[in-house]
Amino acid sequence: MVELRVRNHPGTMSHITGLFARRAFNLEAILCVPEGGRATSQVLLLVTDDPKLEQIERQLAKLHDVLEVRHRPEIPAAFFQQLRW
Amino acid sequence: MQHTGATILRTLLERQGIHTLAGIPGGAILPFYDALHGSSIRHILTRHEQGAGFVAQGMARTTGRAAVCLATSGPGATNLLTAIADARLDSVPLVAITAQVPQALIGTDAFQEVDTYGLTLPITKHNFLVRSIDELLETVPLAFRLAESGRPGPVAIDIPKDVLTARVDITSWPEPGRREPPRVCTEAEVEALASLLAQAQRPMLYLGGGVIASGAAELARELAHRLDAPSVMTLMALGTLAADDPLNMGMLGMHGGKGTNLLMREADVIFAIGARFDDRATGKVAEFCPQATIAHLDIDRAELGKIRAATLPLVGDAADAIARLLQRLPAQAHEGWRGRAAELREAHPLRHPARSEEPLHPVNLCRFLGETLPDDAIVTTDVGQHQMWVAQAFPFNRPRALLTSGGLGTMGFGLPAAIGAALAAPGRPVVCVSGDGSILMNIQELATLAELDLPVAVLVCNNAHLGLVRQQQELFYGQRYSASRFQSSPDFAAIARGFGLRGITLDPDGDPLGQLAEALAKPGPCLIDIPIRETANVLPMVPPGAANHLSLTEPEPAAAHA
Repeated sequence: MVELRVRNHPGTMSHITGLFARRAFNLEAILCVPEGGRATSQVLLLVTDDPKLEQIERQLAKLHDVLEVRHRPEIPAAFFQQLRW
Repeated sequence: MQHTGATILRTLLERQGIHTLAGIPGGAILPFYDALHGSSIRHILTRHEQGAGFVAQGMARTTGRAAVCLATSGPGATNLLTAIADARLDSVPLVAITAQVPQALIGTDAFQEVDTYGLTLPITKHNFLVRSIDELLETVPLAFRLAESGRPGPVAIDIPKDVLTARVDITSWPEPGRREPPRVCTEAEVEALASLLAQAQRPMLYLGGGVIASGAAELARELAHRLDAPSVMTLMALGTLAADDPLNMGMLGMHGGKGTNLLMREADVIFAIGARFDDRATGKVAEFCPQATIAHLDIDRAELGKIRAATLPLVGDAADAIARLLQRLPAQAHEGWRGRAAELREAHPLRHPARSEEPLHPVNLCRFLGETLPDDAIVTTDVGQHQMWVAQAFPFNRPRALLTSGGLGTMGFGLPAAIGAALAAPGRPVVCVSGDGSILMNIQELATLAELDLPVAVLVCNNAHLGLVRQQQELFYGQRYSASRFQSSPDFAAIARGFGLRGITLDPDGDPLGQLAEALAKPGPCLIDIPIRETANVLPMVPPGAANHLSLTEPEPAAAHA
């Protein structure tokens, strides 16, 4: 699980998902929630735990709209299942 | 004072220190061209937007500073894309400004509407769709800061027409965007590096384009000598070490010297600086420098471990790190290792027919150019065999003397990049070495060159083929020559004359090198058509996917020389 803090504007999500597609990284699930003043958002990404994970985090950290990247292994993958509607 | 978005953009570019930019006007960007009328900024009108992108790249690669290209919406923007992607792969600071249809029309499939933001997203360092005049004031300086900071790269700004025509009162201007101070290595990291290098018995430097980007070429020379380490360069780093430096082992990889690639297998420590372990440089990665402990220094953290894990990965500016390394690294001596390097270099020279036998063999041609051109000449190339011959045989002695499309490998790069170089470095002669395939991909820029009357000589190595394709079909596809031969060949000299330039065709039966020297000595732009042997191959060549030491070096059949 990877947590991001990002600038909240149109295009940020394209940059993130585009990166996964372009670099052939697997993205299983995504959750994006605006934060307090709506200037930033919190994003949670469920990523297959493969050897590329560190490279994924480094590439994410390079995006101008990504302010922070945190590795969150303690959040279980089942977290996303609870959100089903 | 009342401003429009267009006059704001012009003022911000002026404040950025931009004095020359390249582009082509069209409907959506007309408000900006109106604002440009009467500005101190010089606009270079190219004949295709891709030409504008590469003119800007030529300026940026020559100076190291961000340069600007412009295009209108729709086809203007799509025509720029190749030059933007090219800048991304070679880490060239570029600010590409495109106009967009008015915001009210975005999403309606309006005339000349295309999703420029979406198209530029995967090929830029960052991109913007500017939604208001206030955003414009923030975005332009930020774009320059991003393009030049850290690992340089292209930034695209898409501006809807209504933002260009909107009005606002401006009382104060934002500061111009500047390169941020780069991240530097820690003391402990420099210490660890010094200790690793001091213990090495068979050290080598593997220098990449980042050395030149960080202004560290001189320091890298000093480091090579302090360490007594034979050094290799990537295509992007050629010129870092002087051609006649005894430690210079030339270019590594697919078309690198056989001795160079063999030596790398024997190294015990490789110090990679600003290099990204590109597949054309490493060959089969698993067999690249199998004995070596690798130290890898790069300003881009994501490059560390991307292809090959390093024992000592270091994030930081190359110039800073090498300067601090030199303060603590005592002079080393590796006579035996240096001798081994010399032995391998001598055992595997670049094979080519003698000048007397075949003066227009491209290796002879490149060496002759090296003897003939002044020291400060800038050489641009297109992409293909001629590019590799230039990389192998032209004696580069300073950084930023070779401008070439390395990562993307864009045919059509050479001519507009040469125009950009001549604009950015007035007084320096510029030679564009091209091929008969490549030159046709942006030949319309001969009109731009004629108009500007810049000291650019275009040398067309003409073998009536897509030479590197033909070579690969000969070597790896059973001599099945599929679509690599041109059935009709244009008269390039006549075409040049048609554009208003001097056009010369060398006569191989006369004194072709003498004719070449004579043509180069005359002032002003020219095109020189150079007939070369159709079957000449660039060797050595590592078969695609193979390890570097398996490069093919077989001399070409003697019959072909006749």
